[in-house]
This record gives sequence, structure tokens and C-alpha cells, in this order.
Amino acid sequence: MRLRAFTALAGALALSLVSGCSAGSSSGSDAHTVTYWLWDSNQLPAYEACAKDFEKENPGLDVRITQMGWNDYWTKLTASFIAGTQPDVFTDHIQKFAQFADLEVLAPLDRLPHTRAIKDADYQPGLAASWVGQDGHRYGAPKDWDTVALFYNKKMAREAGLTAGRLNNLTWNPEDGGTFEKAIAHLTLDRNGVRGDEKGFDKNHVKVYGLATNDAGDGDGQTQWSAFAASMGWRYTDQPAWGTHYNYDDKRFKAAIDWYFGLAKKGYLPPQKDFSQTNGPDVQFGSGTAATSLNGSWMIKTYYGFKGIQAGTAVTPVGPSGKRATMMNGLADSITKHARNKPGAEKWVAYLASHACQRTVGEHGIVFPATKDGTAAAVAAYKKDGIDVTAFTKPVADKTTFSFPITNYAADVYALMRPAMQDIYANDAPVGGLDRTNSQINLLLSQ
Amino acid sequence: MTVASSSPPTRVRLPGAEAARQKTKDRIRERDGGGNGGDGALAAVFIAPALLGFLVFLLWPTLRGIYLSFTRFNLLTPAEWVGLDNYVRMVNDPIFWGSLKVTVEYVVINIGVQTVAALAIAVLMQRLTKSALLRGIVLTPYLVSNVVAGIVWLWMLDTQLGIGNRVIGAFGFDHIPFLTDETWAIPTIALINVWRHVGYTALLLFAGLQAIPADVYEAAKVDGASEWRMFWRVTLPLLRPVLAVVLIMTVIGSFQVFDSVAVTTGGGPANATNVLQLYIYGSAFGRFQFGYASAMSVALLAVLSVITVIQYRLTRAGHTDLG
Repeated sequence: MRLRAFTALAGALALSLVSGCSAGSSSGSDAHTVTYWLWDSNQLPAYEACAKDFEKENPGLDVRITQMGWNDYWTKLTASFIAGTQPDVFTDHIQKFAQFADLEVLAPLDRLPHTRAIKDADYQPGLAASWVGQDGHRYGAPKDWDTVALFYNKKMAREAGLTAGRLNNLTWNPEDGGTFEKAIAHLTLDRNGVRGDEKGFDKNHVKVYGLATNDAGDGDGQTQWSAFAASMGWRYTDQPAWGTHYNYDDKRFKAAIDWYFGLAKKGYLPPQKDFSQTNGPDVQFGSGTAATSLNGSWMIKTYYGFKGIQAGTAVTPVGPSGKRATMMNGLADSITKHARNKPGAEKWVAYLASHACQRTVGEHGIVFPATKDGTAAAVAAYKKDGIDVTAFTKPVADKTTFSFPITNYAADVYALMRPAMQDIYANDAPVGGLDRTNSQINLLLSQ
Repeated sequence: MTVASSSPPTRVRLPGAEAARQKTKDRIRERDGGGNGGDGALAAVFIAPALLGFLVFLLWPTLRGIYLSFTRFNLLTPAEWVGLDNYVRMVNDPIFWGSLKVTVEYVVINIGVQTVAALAIAVLMQRLTKSALLRGIVLTPYLVSNVVAGIVWLWMLDTQLGIGNRVIGAFGFDHIPFLTDETWAIPTIALINVWRHVGYTALLLFAGLQAIPADVYEAAKVDGASEWRMFWRVTLPLLRPVLAVVLIMTVIGSFQVFDSVAVTTGGGPANATNVLQLYIYGSAFGRFQFGYASAMSVALLAVLSVITVIQYRLTRAGHTDLG
């Protein structure tokens, strides 16, 4: 009898341990807490300030912010959806939005009382509309935007005789690269000090590359080749949002890609093997091994923060279409479908999307908030720090931006395009191979 | 070569001994679960936690994984039965076969170099030194986690900025893209993992060497055998069962390489280091194709089972040449 009781006790204990594992909640959310995740550590202080103001306005509600690096963020978020420990609110990216919408893990904001009032017109043009799903519901409240420009080392540019005026008026074409290629060729230096456009240039022993590399760009090429391809009038898909057909087989795209990776063969862009997770474009720029770097506005503080390097920024070159082009992308805050504290989450997202919070974020001078007021506050904050951000704001004013591709099967597009683009860059594979990859992608989209 | 042994004692059957033996057997049977409340139930209680762990964390996930391999499943919506579709896709998927090829390449380099180096270190530890400090030093890299080791080597071997290439450059040679070139990347990752695991493997083999009786070496010495000859004729044959088990364990572990690849190359460039585990992970957690990822996991299970059986048979791991 005693043994049987002991057996039952041991069994019960073991079972409780196992069930305890699944019942335990890691999000720590309750009726008084709103859990919020973001990935950018630079933005953490700004959102902590917003949370403080929000808590003052909403006594009894406590915002718990968790920040993780980009890679960990998405892995953990995915795992949290599976385990049921997802945050109430999280910072969302267009690249992931379609997949999350497809998995039905997001709450429609236009159906929730506090977020129903979010209007497209309150934000920079195009930002809010990107977060409307194929079902017509809004799944993200716009929080910020970014564009891409050319960061350049002022000292190197001066020594090469390139003024800010010239760098802001470059042209590009896929045949000879235009004045853009001439500029980066002239900024390139081999180990003997010979410039890339001079006789005797040793392309196999380059000391300073004209343009930094940021790998092959996967399927979006945001900070690599997108500005060039789009300046030819090319677009990723057949329609701005929720396209049903990708255009990676377009001859304009292939011409731009051929030219872009051809820069590595000329010695103006580092070969693919020089790129690594530890040697990104900012590190190349900061270590003086690259004179210019195409990168996004979210990196302004990093590029301007390098000791001993004076950074400047220029707009992307004018392409064969007669216009410049730069990707404008925006992040948003999404509420998870099974948020533990949905009423609190709604209030927090409504506050994040408000003029008050976006102005606070703008005043931190880290990122451009989605509202016009917030953007103006950010421009002023950058100016106070001696940084001219015209190269990032001008394309928005001039309406020369294009959007990040948003379609179904985004993760599959990434998985197919990443090795395909790396193959062109690293192994000199012909761009004609993109036809096959594009067919595979479109076959998926047609399902 | 002779091995000393004593002759077996002569058996003498005493009257009544058979009856006594039978009595003892009956008593043992009774104790082992014959009656209610015997030791069998107690044994079951002690086995229960391990059994529960086995059922919950091994058997059930394996069975469910096999079931999921016949479905289309994204984890958040119900699984949909698709029959053999995932397996048909796998057979026709060039990336899967590329991943398998890359994994085999990794295993061959990793296990080949690691086993030879570990054996050499183990023999040197046994024949030359008994220093506990040296044994400790040999084990040190094993104390570093795979991810940390991967990141440290990634920094040291960076093509432009790594100290390794700075040294190579100082000698006038061109920088080597250790982890960013498709030719170099897999051998480099394999050798990083050799560096990390060789001490542990050497220690396992060293434990096996300790079990070889000293008098066998003494006898070999009396017969005039050199150290080299003793290694081939005494050490290696008598170490075979331990070596076989170590090989089976390390090969299985090597086939499951993931973390060091994930942090150093992420599978690139152009899938050159996209080992099978990484491809399975990407399919499951990147593309939410858990059905297809399960099918590839089942394929990996099958490959490992076949390799283990072959290894077991070839190395006669269950038999010893001692005694």
C-alpha cells in the first residue's frame, strides 16, 4: 500500500513537472502589464520615454519593454507564437508582415476600439497603407520610416577632388556606370596609392574600396543594388503591394545586377569573400577600408559616430529613368491575436502611433518617426548634433521613393533569392540564372 | 606474444549442492517480482522518471515527427495529410542533396582529422606523461561553447580584419577567405570543431587505453617490440571496441553540426555550407514548412541509423580482443 502511494506520488510529481513546463508563461503579462518587444537598442531609450509618459496617462498600466538583436528577435518571436508566450505588442517589419498575416497571428487594428481611429493621412504618404492586409484590415500602426543614401568619407572625398555638390549630382547607367562609377573608381586606392581609374591600378591588392559591400542583398537589395535597379523604372512586383508576380527576370534588373557585382571584378567593390557578419559595411567604412557606403537612415548615428572619420551623405544617383530612386521602408507596431492584455495593448499601440509619442521619439534623433511632426522633430534633433539629413528626407519630398516588396511567401522568396544572388556575387554565376529562380518564385505565388 | 593466464579450477560436485542452488534461484525469483510489493515495483518507480523522459522527449517527438513528415504543417494551423509529397519533394530537391553532400564533406574532414589527432594525444598521454595539468589543458577548448568558439574564430579568421589574416599578410601572403569562400569554409568549420572536440575525444580514448593491461605491453617489450609496433599490434587492436563506440558517437554528433555553421557562415556563400541541420532549421523556423523539415529529419535519422549499423558491424564494437 505504502509503495503504491509512493508510486502515485512520484508519478504525480513527474506529471506536474511536465505540465508545469507547458503551463508556465514567460511573457509575464497580466491585466496591468503590456509586454512590448523591439530589436533596435538605439531606439530603446526613446520608447522607454514614451512608456513613461503613457504610464502617467494610464495609471495602473505598466509597459514592459524587451529588446533583442535582429536575428534573435525573429527567432524568439516565432517560438513565442508557437509556445503561446508571445508579447502583447511587437515592432513589425514589412518583410515578415505577410508571413504573420498568413499565419493569422496578428490582431486587426481597425476592429479594436482604441486603434480603430488610426488614419493613413496622419503619416508620411504610403506608410500606413503598407500595413493593410489582403483582407483589407490594418495590422500595423506606422511608427517610423527610413530611406537609403550614400554615406561618404569627407576626407577621402576631398583628397579625390569630389565635392559634396558633385556627389549629390551623380548619374548612373548600367552600361558604363555613369559619373557614379567614375566617382567610386576615383575613390578606390590600391596598396601603392594608385587610384582605381588610373593606369597601373592593382585591383587584386586594394587598400580602400570606392564602395563598401553589404553582401549580395538577398531578394530586396535594400542597401546594395535596389537604388540602381529602381532608377531604371524596374519594380520588384507587378503591383506596389501584394503583388502576384516578381520581376527578377526583367532585363533591366539583370543589367543593373550585372553592373553592380561587376564592380567587384573591377576592384571598386570588395569581393564577396571580404564580407562577413563581423565586417559589415559600417565596419568597412569605420575602419577606412571603404570610402563610401550605401546604407539606411537607421545607421546615421553609427556612421557619424566613428572616431577620426568625418562622414557626409549624398542622395542616390539619377538613373536611366531620369529620376533617382531610394527604398522607403517603414516599421509598425502590431498587436498579437492572442495578446494576454489586449485592452492595454490597444491603448499602448494607439499611444505609440500618436503625435505625442512620435514627437518624443523624433526628439531623440535616432530614427524618422512616421508622423510629419515626428519627422520634423527628428530632423531638428539631427541638426542639433551637426548632422544634415537632407539626403534621406529629400527623396520623400521629391516622391522618388519605392517600397519594400510585400507579397505572400516572403520567407520562400528570401530562401530562393539569397543563394541565387550570392552565387552571382561570389561565384560569378551568369545573371541569366535569375530567370529560373524567378519562375520558381512565381510558381509559388501562383499556388 | 604470450598473455599470462591461470588454469580454471576443477569443479567438484558435492551431494545436496544442486538442491541448495535451486533453493537460492527460487528465492531470487521471488525477490525479483514474484510476490506483490517485491523489488520489481520499486525498480519501476526508479525507472519511471527516466522512462517518462524517454517517452515524452524522445519516443513521442520521434513518432510525431514521422507523422508530420506526411503532412503540410505550419505549427499554428492544423496539419494537413499530404501522403508522400514531402518525400517526393525531397528526392527532387537539389538543395537537399547539396546539403547532404556538404554535410558528408564536413563529417569526413571533421571525424578523420579529429580521430587521428585524438588518438595521437591519447597515446601520448598514456605512454609519455601522466600529468593531470596536461590532460586539463587538452580538455580546455571543450569547456567553451560551440557558439562562443565559432564567433571567436570568425573574428580571428576574418578576411580583412582578422588577426589570422593580418599575420598571413605580414609574411607577404594574400589573405585567405577562410569562412567566406566556398572552397575554404567547410574545411575551416570542420577544423574549428576539431579544435574544440579533440581534447574530449582524446580523453575518452585515454580512458579506453587505461583498460589495456600493463602486462600486455611488458610482454610485448620482452618480445622486443618497438613503441610504433606496440601501437599497431597491441594498442589499436585492444582499443578497438572503445574506438568504435567513440567513432559512432562522434559521427552522429558530426552529422548534426548546426550551431558553429549558423554563427560563422549562416550556410553561405550560395549554400556552400548549408549543412543538413541548417537546411532543416531554415525550412521549419524560417519558412514554417514543418512537414518538409520533418521529412528531411526522418531522412537524416535513416542515414544515421544505416551508418551506425555499418560502423558497428565493421568495427565489431560489441566484441573485445582482450582475454
